[in-house]
Amino acid sequence: MSIIKTDNLTYVYSVGTPFEKTAIDNINLEIEEGELVGIIGHTGSGKSTLIQHFNGLLKPTSGKIFIDGKDIWESKASIRQARFTVGLVFQYPEHQIFEETVYKDIAFGPKNMGLSSDEIDQRVRETAFAVGISEDLLQKSPFELSGGQKRRVAIAGVMAMEPKILILDEPTAGLDPKGREKILNLIKAHHRRTGCTVIIVSHSMEDIARYANKILVMNKSKLFCYGDTAEVFKRADEISKMGLTVPQITRVINELKNRGINIEDEVYTVKYAKDVLLKYLSEKGGRAHD
Amino acid sequence: MIKDITLGQYFPGSSIIHRLDPRFKIIMTTIFIAMLFISNNLWGLLIGGVFALFTFVLSKIPFKLMLKSLKPLIPILIFTSIFNLLFIDGGDVYIEWEFIKITEDGVNMTVYMAIRIIFLIIGSSLLTYTTSPIALTDAIEYLLSPFKKLKMPVHEFAMMMTIALRFIPTLIEETDKIMSAQKARGADFESGKIMERIKALIPILVPLFISAFRRADDLALAMTCRCYRGGEGRTRLKQLKSGLKDYIAIVITLVFLLAIIVINILIQDL
Repeated sequence: MSIIKTDNLTYVYSVGTPFEKTAIDNINLEIEEGELVGIIGHTGSGKSTLIQHFNGLLKPTSGKIFIDGKDIWESKASIRQARFTVGLVFQYPEHQIFEETVYKDIAFGPKNMGLSSDEIDQRVRETAFAVGISEDLLQKSPFELSGGQKRRVAIAGVMAMEPKILILDEPTAGLDPKGREKILNLIKAHHRRTGCTVIIVSHSMEDIARYANKILVMNKSKLFCYGDTAEVFKRADEISKMGLTVPQITRVINELKNRGINIEDEVYTVKYAKDVLLKYLSEKGGRAHD
Repeated sequence: MIKDITLGQYFPGSSIIHRLDPRFKIIMTTIFIAMLFISNNLWGLLIGGVFALFTFVLSKIPFKLMLKSLKPLIPILIFTSIFNLLFIDGGDVYIEWEFIKITEDGVNMTVYMAIRIIFLIIGSSLLTYTTSPIALTDAIEYLLSPFKKLKMPVHEFAMMMTIALRFIPTLIEETDKIMSAQKARGADFESGKIMERIKALIPILVPLFISAFRRADDLALAMTCRCYRGGEGRTRLKQLKSGLKDYIAIVITLVFLLAIIVINILIQDL
């Protein structure tokens, strides 16, 4: 059974005013449990609106949304349940930090879930460790930390709630390459460790290609396509036309193929490209020796 | 939703009222308010009402929007009405029971006051509905400029107001975002006792203040970088221009004012 299912999901902002705008239009989607999904699309394509529906922050104008097979808008209790099943990390999550200590801030979510203090303590320490925040930082004020550390604390705050589905909206925005790498790696590690479903919204095709196994492309409020990484990047031409870029390495490989070099065309990461090219060269070299 | 709050409630449009010079609109609103408070009989108020209705129809503002701006007024109306009814003494006594005494003057005052307050809000809402906040502050700066001679920092005052207005939507959006983020972490703002609800605001207010200070800092720096140094010798991108239609509008307003004054005198003579 799919963990997230949407049924003709539509959302219109500011209904009945001159500023009326359809943010997402008739989205039908099924996401299986345990996937690592990357969502890409332009600014204003409806990515953020879509993910805010997954945990019931926005109420669809029309259509339905099922989490774990249950309609989340069935009752008040089911919305609250959805908030705990689906952990949502917003853009620039460090802007929502408010507690006096790092420990208390990570504990905010678990506390709202009504867990025992032992359980909270265990979860805080575990997630802090998982995101690379050392013990001695826990009693510090979160406002003394560096930008990257703050971001990791904020993400830990949601991870500590141990949601079945973890959604991150642009988790690497505004970080340097090293910080990006760190965040993405810890998300990947979390995915592997807990087996939960992870959804990452990103602008960076490179990041998505490297980490996600499914890709969802949004274009002009509509679902453009949803499928395996390979399937989606096969439509590289259409995606480029939308103004989104496929990974640079994919472009390089595609161009090589166009020039008559016979190699595999489903290449999205530099590492894999290296393997493919080395294989090609050794085969070619081998033939030359014959 | 928090977005439904109409603050700086400009309603874009291109009606004749929208196109009037904001300076004239402010003066006309002031005259309109004066009309309401100098008329001491129902006929005068009726003329004020006709003026408001006339402007309202010309402005093409949806009726529903106007009703919405009147809604928060209901408690104030009830409150002032009760006070006027109970505490104004004079004329015939209609009801007397224990300490409650309702008199003719009291009833009159209640009706007048209620009508005045409603018209007052309609008039001032028309001004804010048809004038963008920026145009409004520009006009206020112009109208207050005589006070510059008294060393009043008029330009700085207007700039502060412009910035405040500019940041209202930004801060509302920010609040919305922070609320969503805390809700996603299971924060509950809608239930619980009053103390719990107040406590529930801390996760919103702390990040909001931090971001407001950060924004203020950034803005100050950006303004300094562009050599902002106050109002002296500063020119405008959008010059305020007045034309024939503005003079006609103000003459019409003055005619209404005059009519009310004349009626006041006539009724007193009767």
